[in-house]
Amino acid sequence: MRRTAGKRARAIALGTAGVLLLALAWELYKSFGPLAGWGVGGVLLLPRTDDISMPHLGAMLARTAEPLTSAADSQPVWLIVLLGCVSSLGTAFLGLLIGAVVGIGLALVMLRFRVAEAAVLPWLVLSQTVPLIALAPLVVTWGGQLQFGSFSWQRWMSVAVIASYLAFFPVAIGALRGFQSPEVAHTELMHSYAVGWWKTLFYLRLPASVPYLLPAMRLGAASAIIGTVVAEVSTGTEGGIGRLIIEFAQSGSSDPAKAYSPIAGAVLMGLAAAGIVSIMGLALSRYRRNEAQS
Amino acid sequence: MTDSSQHAVEIVGVTKTFAGTGSKRAKSQGDGTVVALDDVSLTVSPGEFVSLIGPSGCGKSTLLRLIGDLDEPTAGTVSVFGKTARQARIDQDYGIAFQSAGLLPWRSVAANIELPLALHRFGARERRDRVAELLSLVGLSDFGDKYPEQLSGGMQQRVAIARSLAEKPRLLLMDEPFGALDEMTRERMQSELVRICAETGAAVVFVTHSIPEAVFLSDRVVVMSPRPGRIREIVPVALGDDRGELLREDSRFFAGVTAVREALHGAPAASAVRGVESR
Ligand SMILES: Nc1ncnc2c1ncn2[C@@H]1O[C@H](COP(=O)(O)OP(=O)(O)O)[C@@H](O)[C@H]1O
Ligand SMILES: [Mg+2]
Repeated sequence: MRRTAGKRARAIALGTAGVLLLALAWELYKSFGPLAGWGVGGVLLLPRTDDISMPHLGAMLARTAEPLTSAADSQPVWLIVLLGCVSSLGTAFLGLLIGAVVGIGLALVMLRFRVAEAAVLPWLVLSQTVPLIALAPLVVTWGGQLQFGSFSWQRWMSVAVIASYLAFFPVAIGALRGFQSPEVAHTELMHSYAVGWWKTLFYLRLPASVPYLLPAMRLGAASAIIGTVVAEVSTGTEGGIGRLIIEFAQSGSSDPAKAYSPIAGAVLMGLAAAGIVSIMGLALSRYRRNEAQS
Repeated sequence: MTDSSQHAVEIVGVTKTFAGTGSKRAKSQGDGTVVALDDVSLTVSPGEFVSLIGPSGCGKSTLLRLIGDLDEPTAGTVSVFGKTARQARIDQDYGIAFQSAGLLPWRSVAANIELPLALHRFGARERRDRVAELLSLVGLSDFGDKYPEQLSGGMQQRVAIARSLAEKPRLLLMDEPFGALDEMTRERMQSELVRICAETGAAVVFVTHSIPEAVFLSDRVVVMSPRPGRIREIVPVALGDDRGELLREDSRFFAGVTAVREALHGAPAASAVRGVESR
């Protein structure tokens, strides 16, 4: 127990040190780098160090605390970013949920039918090579045709679907590996108890898959967030962090420090998602004895 | 009731071959097929303790797996309490314990013992009582809440034995269950197994490669020879019901050990030893 606590403290210390080092590098380069940048034959290889290209970290932080515009009722930047994060996180979570259900479902089909594994797996791998940007407009168009009763397809639903498209893959692969992980001794034990496929699944394969599912979910969560942000940008969905990243970046030279707040927000979102999965892992720690090394 | 239903296990003319293609296992014939068992016949009576002993690769595990319906014979029949091995498995007439305890790491000791009862939908109350009973039977009453990784190898093996007894089977199939234990733990476990069997009245088919173990535990010791797997001899030992630690120093025990050893090594003197029945 103490050793894991020590490990955790070490990880946190290293993580913090990494962030500080990055901040230091940024400020050092800004202070001592060439003002006009540096390049070969007109191609800029090192960025300019003026305040428009590289605002001070302090300026970024200060900008976060200020109101967005000079209007009297304007909300501070941090609040807008936070609201954007919450909105995107919600969409990403829905995407992860759909992705997990689809991924685990596919893994079950592949587990149940050997043929399916051979037939489906290559397509899953292939599906991930379709660029998200190409997919987004299609999903929006297809979704737009869905309309029954009072239900009509919303933009954010398209975003969730696109996020799930990225999220399902690691979950499917991880779940399949996990379901197939029990040793022969255990599957034969189940056979000797004369129980069927479903009971073997619930009593043996599902619990055994937890050490594989958790890292898969962590990957899936990260994918869902990337998918959400990119899909928000490419579908022009409002209210999320993706839109803020574009909007704030457009104020460019007049307000350079502003652009970094939503980026930091996206990073924090990723950390939050990873944190949620870790908490899930704590709740499932019983199933993580003899954790799979991967 | 037919006559065969009087037997716990009846094996008649069983042959088992494994197609060798793609297998990394030892090949005994030109085409790569392995004859693991060749025309083996054996009966085990209810309540009888029978050990299978022989050099590794002689088909002991295979024979046990056939009885447990984990594999099917190529030829011949296996019946368990007068039924097919498959039906006996479905009816849960036997419990199994193998060399690796095979406990589920995410279930507590109590939950591991409870597993077959949970799978077969026993009532909550009955399960709890039975688990408590079994925990005390194997001397682990204080360890019900622990997890397998927190137990020593010997304790894990006792949990596995308790689990195999959960549904009060009339037959136990054990494949080198004490193989991974140190000598002292092993002897203690043997004494416990003798006591447990006396209490439950179950028949046991017990695979081992230890001669003293086989002699100490068994009513009869089945000596097998490899390539192809056959029964060489069946040595009756039956040292009586009162098998305390003193028995290990008794001359009858040593006589049994000698008889089994000679049967194993095919010594000519084997036929001269009293109480050895040849097959
Ligand atoms: N699944 C299998 N496939 C191929 N050969 C096997 C298989 N199981 C056992 N054998 C072979 O059958 C023979 C008997 O094996 P086994 O019953 O495990 O022996 P024992 O338990 O007496 O050491 C060995 O030659 C082994 O290589
Ligand atoms: Mg064996």
